Amino acid sequence: MTIDTEALDREAVALDAVWRDSPGVWGWLTAVNHKTIARRYIVTAFLMFIAGGIQAAIMRAQLARPESSIVGPDRYNQLFTSHGTTMMFLFAVPMMTAMGLYFVPLMIGARTVAFPRLNAFGYWTYVVGVVFMYVSVFANMAPDAGWFAYVPLSGPAYSPGHRVDVWAQVVTFTEIAGLVAAVNVIVTTFKLRAPGMSLNRVPLFVWAQLVVAFMIVFAMPLVATGSTLMLAADRAVNTQWFNPAEGGDALLWQHVFWFFGHPEVYIIFLPALGFVTPIVEAFSGRPVFGYTAIVLANITTAFFSFGLWVHHMFATPIPEVGASLFTAASMLIAIPSGVQIFCWIATMWMGRPRLTVAMLFVLGFIFTFVNGGITGVMLASVAFDRQAHDTFFVVAHLHYVLLGGGVLPLFGAFYFWFPKLTGRLLSEPLGKWHFWLFVIGVNVTFFPMHVLGLNGMPRRVYTYASDTGWGPLNLVASIGAVVIAVSVVVFLVNVVRSSRWGAIAGDNPWNAAGLEWSTGSPPPSYSFIHTPRVSGRHPLWETKEALPVVTGLSDRERQVLVTMTFDAVPDYRHTMPSASIWPLYLALCMGVVFIGSIFSPYFVLLGIAISFIGLAGWGWSGTGPRKGERVALPNGAVRSV
Amino acid sequence: MHSVFNPHSPQGRAVATLWWAMLGVGGAVWIAVIALMLIALLRRRRSAEPATAGVEPPSARRAFVGWIAVAGVILAGFLVYDFVLDRSLGGRASPELTIVVTGHQWWWEIEYEDSIPSQCLVTANEIHVPAGQLVRYKLRAADVIHSFWAPTLAGKRDLIPGYEASVSFRADTAGIYRGQCAEFCGLQHAQMAFYIVAQSPADFAAWRAATSAPSPPPTDSLASYGKSVFMSSGCALCHTIAGTDAWGTVGPTLSHVASRSTLAAGTLPNTRPNLMAWIANPAAIKPGTHMPAALLSGEELRGVVAYLETLR
Repeated sequence: MTIDTEALDREAVALDAVWRDSPGVWGWLTAVNHKTIARRYIVTAFLMFIAGGIQAAIMRAQLARPESSIVGPDRYNQLFTSHGTTMMFLFAVPMMTAMGLYFVPLMIGARTVAFPRLNAFGYWTYVVGVVFMYVSVFANMAPDAGWFAYVPLSGPAYSPGHRVDVWAQVVTFTEIAGLVAAVNVIVTTFKLRAPGMSLNRVPLFVWAQLVVAFMIVFAMPLVATGSTLMLAADRAVNTQWFNPAEGGDALLWQHVFWFFGHPEVYIIFLPALGFVTPIVEAFSGRPVFGYTAIVLANITTAFFSFGLWVHHMFATPIPEVGASLFTAASMLIAIPSGVQIFCWIATMWMGRPRLTVAMLFVLGFIFTFVNGGITGVMLASVAFDRQAHDTFFVVAHLHYVLLGGGVLPLFGAFYFWFPKLTGRLLSEPLGKWHFWLFVIGVNVTFFPMHVLGLNGMPRRVYTYASDTGWGPLNLVASIGAVVIAVSVVVFLVNVVRSSRWGAIAGDNPWNAAGLEWSTGSPPPSYSFIHTPRVSGRHPLWETKEALPVVTGLSDRERQVLVTMTFDAVPDYRHTMPSASIWPLYLALCMGVVFIGSIFSPYFVLLGIAISFIGLAGWGWSGTGPRKGERVALPNGAVRSV
Repeated sequence: MHSVFNPHSPQGRAVATLWWAMLGVGGAVWIAVIALMLIALLRRRRSAEPATAGVEPPSARRAFVGWIAVAGVILAGFLVYDFVLDRSLGGRASPELTIVVTGHQWWWEIEYEDSIPSQCLVTANEIHVPAGQLVRYKLRAADVIHSFWAPTLAGKRDLIPGYEASVSFRADTAGIYRGQCAEFCGLQHAQMAFYIVAQSPADFAAWRAATSAPSPPPTDSLASYGKSVFMSSGCALCHTIAGTDAWGTVGPTLSHVASRSTLAAGTLPNTRPNLMAWIANPAAIKPGTHMPAALLSGEELRGVVAYLETLR
């Protein structure tokens, strides 16, 4: 087969003219290309990781010695609340969904996500939440009732002022952003897959994102309801949901929060498992063992994760039989995680492992996460949990699972996909420094906390007396925190250096199997010049020559091929909307609604009223080329409208 | 150290045993997984060994099934162990003493229940109990959620407004067991400790009898002056002293305060300079405390402290 390269070049120019974001500030604000939005998402979320890390560092400085006075209780309470809120809501979930928003379309051979404008809207809403949160932090108005905001402490009687309101609304912003991302991932995965990519050929990264998207759809509305319609309403308009004196129920909040809060952990964890599989495959040089088992493990984890929220409440007055059911569920969920770990070890066993930095992070993940999983099983026991609950043992456990199970795979993913995002490889020697410092730092910081907790140190204390004997291990933990900080600095240096001077990556530097490696690094605005045709789970390994492709999509508008949900049989061509300012406008309207509602409920009405302008604008500005946007003519030339 | 590893009650020992069992099994699992991972990485490979897709070898499938079976058996074992243990800790036996513990920001109100009203002793932050006897603690909260936890004796239970919880345990031997609020409850969550003082039944009975009677009125002039200051300057609006006109219930009772070993829920040792510093400016020691600084002259302050020291 001869390839007409000249025709291909012409087509590329035409497609780029259609798909790329407009230049200039206006173009920046109106961008809807999923790779642009997701890249911003990743950068913003990583900034949040650093912000949350700085808060943690200040807390470790305070706790390094007994009775120290670097920060007082008021500031300390703001610090740990902001740290938890930032890491869970502003870093982890957005980061995991952002990775999905970037890579899901690339991995399934699509040019875009299903709802590009909604995607931009989600990002801007998240940014409004981030800005609001950090303005509050610097205004000494940061939330101080814990990232879980238990009533009555977070209620109007015990938390006057606006700090808890900030928390409630930041949560709402991120829930909205999470929900639209989830809807986008679900529809993208179901309808925009390359022809031939039936559900049993969907990459495991995408499966994890899909399962998590469904979890978000079921979990997040509840906490948005709880924080906005119940807690914020109790505080702003005197509803009495949680006030026992008026027939409300203080425990109700805990059910509402943890029914979301436990799946939340798996919303962070499952995408990370999705990163691990392609890394293990690429560096073992063979397909993963137990594809079906991993898919089923993801789905079972998702189901079980909704059935164990009460294990956060074992110290509350709950019926014994109920508690035992939640113990059983909490122990059972270890099995699907164990299944995935088995599959990766088996893959390495039968393959030929190469110890790149990305692979090292996977090994570090197994080393650290399995420890957190085992303490998780311990905490499922009611009798033991009543000793360990709300102590540093739980702080240790949760950081082992979230840093071990979330952040280590994420760093692995950065080393693996950085070349795809930027076209350049991250430095492996610096990466090894980063890896060793990070894994050692995490273990030195958090391992002693197990012992501290069982020695009686409760969580969320800003100080402790020296005669408690908690001083030495706290000092060790704080030294570990310094090591973590150094490792993150090494990573940042690596990113900055490598994005300027790193080795050029080429399309597929790792000889990996996924479709995202079949296109340029970084991918062009249209991602794929032709939609690939898939006939297996590992397209680039199974096809020795060029990938077969499907042609026939227009290069004059943002056209995509919609396929059938199960078998990915081509169904019809669909034209995607163009760039638009309205997502940003609507996100700002959300800001008026939620931030304004803290000060007066009438802002809700105002915000909804002005939202209608945005909705109308969004609907009217259709799919056609916008004034000033460049369109490609049939002859391949480009002109401005 | 007041640690879960160092139990002083049957309840504490049972949970410590559970912990060591889970640590042993869990540690073995961790070592096994890491060892398998390392073997998978480092094992010698035959150069001809194919690294391709296709049907997985039956040995891998068998290992997979075995892995799940082992995990299932271990988890089922833990589940049964926990179920049985939790039932045995349930406190079905009838207690010999019932104490109502009410959590306040940031101190503990302790009330000994008794069918005879005059025997219903109220105190704060120090819980005297007879060693070797089962004590039931009824748990209530006055404001926000707190959690009652003495690691050497038993697991924690939350005190939740609108709910009443309870926990029963016995201290084996006489001794002082430290506990601390475990649920984040605001600015001074960190300094909300309590002590369980287990005494021989005879000592306990003596303590209870002595503490149930009001302290005698002060005899020396400074303390008498201090009492009049206490009654007239606002202290009495929040604090109770049995046998006097001070009936306030906002703060902890000060009846027999001089017999307690600490001040402000375990924040300071109960010494004269500490007491004086605390009354003069509580927020300097415990920022956020609901107790206001007493606007007393030096002489008035010395008098109040002298008076409080007579409340043995």
